[in-house]
Amino acid sequence: MAKDHDKEQTLGEALRQQGVSRRGFLKFCAATASLMAMPPSMVPAIAKALDKARRPSVIYLSFQECTGCAESLTRSHSPTLESLMFNAISLDYQETLQAAAGTAAETALHDAMKENHGKYLVLVDGSIPLKDDGVYSTIAGKTNLQILKEAAEGAAAVVAVGTCSSFGGIPKANPNPTGAVSVSELMKSGHIATKPLINVSGCPPIPVVITGVLAHYLTFGEVPALDVHGRPKAFFGETIHDRCYRRPFYDQGKFAKTFDDEGARSGWCLYELGCKGPTTYNACATTKWNGGVSFPVESGHGCLGCSEPNFWDKGSFYAPLSTGHWGTAEGIAAAAAAGAAIGIGAAAMSRRHQDTIAKEE
Amino acid sequence: MSGLSDIGVSVEAEPGPGGGQGARIGNALPILHEIQTHLERLAQGGEPATIDLRAMPLAPGDYETLQRLLGEGEVSATIDALGPTRVRETAVRGVWWVSHHNATDEVVAEFIEVTRIPTILQTVDEDLVDGLSNLRQRLAQEEQSASE
Repeated sequence: MAKDHDKEQTLGEALRQQGVSRRGFLKFCAATASLMAMPPSMVPAIAKALDKARRPSVIYLSFQECTGCAESLTRSHSPTLESLMFNAISLDYQETLQAAAGTAAETALHDAMKENHGKYLVLVDGSIPLKDDGVYSTIAGKTNLQILKEAAEGAAAVVAVGTCSSFGGIPKANPNPTGAVSVSELMKSGHIATKPLINVSGCPPIPVVITGVLAHYLTFGEVPALDVHGRPKAFFGETIHDRCYRRPFYDQGKFAKTFDDEGARSGWCLYELGCKGPTTYNACATTKWNGGVSFPVESGHGCLGCSEPNFWDKGSFYAPLSTGHWGTAEGIAAAAAAGAAIGIGAAAMSRRHQDTIAKEE
Repeated sequence: MSGLSDIGVSVEAEPGPGGGQGARIGNALPILHEIQTHLERLAQGGEPATIDLRAMPLAPGDYETLQRLLGEGEVSATIDALGPTRVRETAVRGVWWVSHHNATDEVVAEFIEVTRIPTILQTVDEDLVDGLSNLRQRLAQEEQSASE
């Protein structure tokens, strides 16, 4: 898609060639810092680094997925910034977006891997089926595993985009008919080469979190700090609950009991209606969705926990955390009655539980 | 229920007398306190500071409260680079509201800057050099066409 000489330009050169002024570039850097969840005081340093950054080759592989993640990415934030982001990378293979098809597309993939061996980024969208020799998802006669194995070999780093490639996602949900696994499982089992891996989970991930991770890699040339599940801490460092504007109602023990009661109308906490905010690490409560309009809790529906491993199999979306996976119904009654003190205890309990799950895996 | 307007998404409880039932939620006041601290520091010769509004968990109504309490000042400017950037000083001098929009006028980033003048308004050194060569070129062209 991009000519060779484009790759040798720095990002600053490329942007100036496109007529982007220095104020425009500074604005781009300010917005980039904001989407990387970096403090605004970092903007000058980011501007300096981005100005000199080289455009990395990016290969985007689509496996057992619904294209929701690619939809999310291509609708990220703003046409201007997103197109700038695409100019900042050299997207050499993406089945949905590329003009080439058939043999030409596969040739583009192999050329990109050969030319940029050891330097390119692989973005993986979707889980990988292992059952019955991987016949459930094949492209150009190759199984997803074969394609990923080849691509991972020469990759500088791998980004798992979405819950499917990060943790298995919906294809892996019980009874997992295709034997779907995540990228990290394949690295652990030795099916593919072990490379630096960033899990950008979410179903789909927040658009600016995807571009934020790319911007971070572009700016610093390295993988950002990761949490226990391999997710960038900048976006997955805190729970939805911890950053939720409805949190004070939880602390006061004010809960909506149905979706149309007085509590729901007053914007009270949705914990008892099954909100998974307390155990879900993601940036929805601050970054929000659709250009910052809202996020599920603000729209009156609890969090589904879509950025957590096995979220689909953790019981009803509408059962309170304290009932299904997490213990007994008494817990929640106590939390409701006693308010803050118990509330903090419940949050601590769910965090412990999260750690236990992490260890089991 | 008769319509969307009946669904309570905004906070109905205002701080009750004596701190009773309706404890106030949201982050507008904490942000204003942060601005106050930055402004104190700047007034005493300290460094300018910037607050990224996108990094704050804002409750519905917080944004409006911030705008209402900071008010409108006497300076406003629009920068046309990758879509409009609107810069305006609030009624609290030294506190600037900078909102970056894209070509389709959606907000891509929004900051409150506590400073004498926001960085993006200032001309950077490289642009000074470019400006000088631009002016020289214009002068040379003009003088050439006058002598012909």
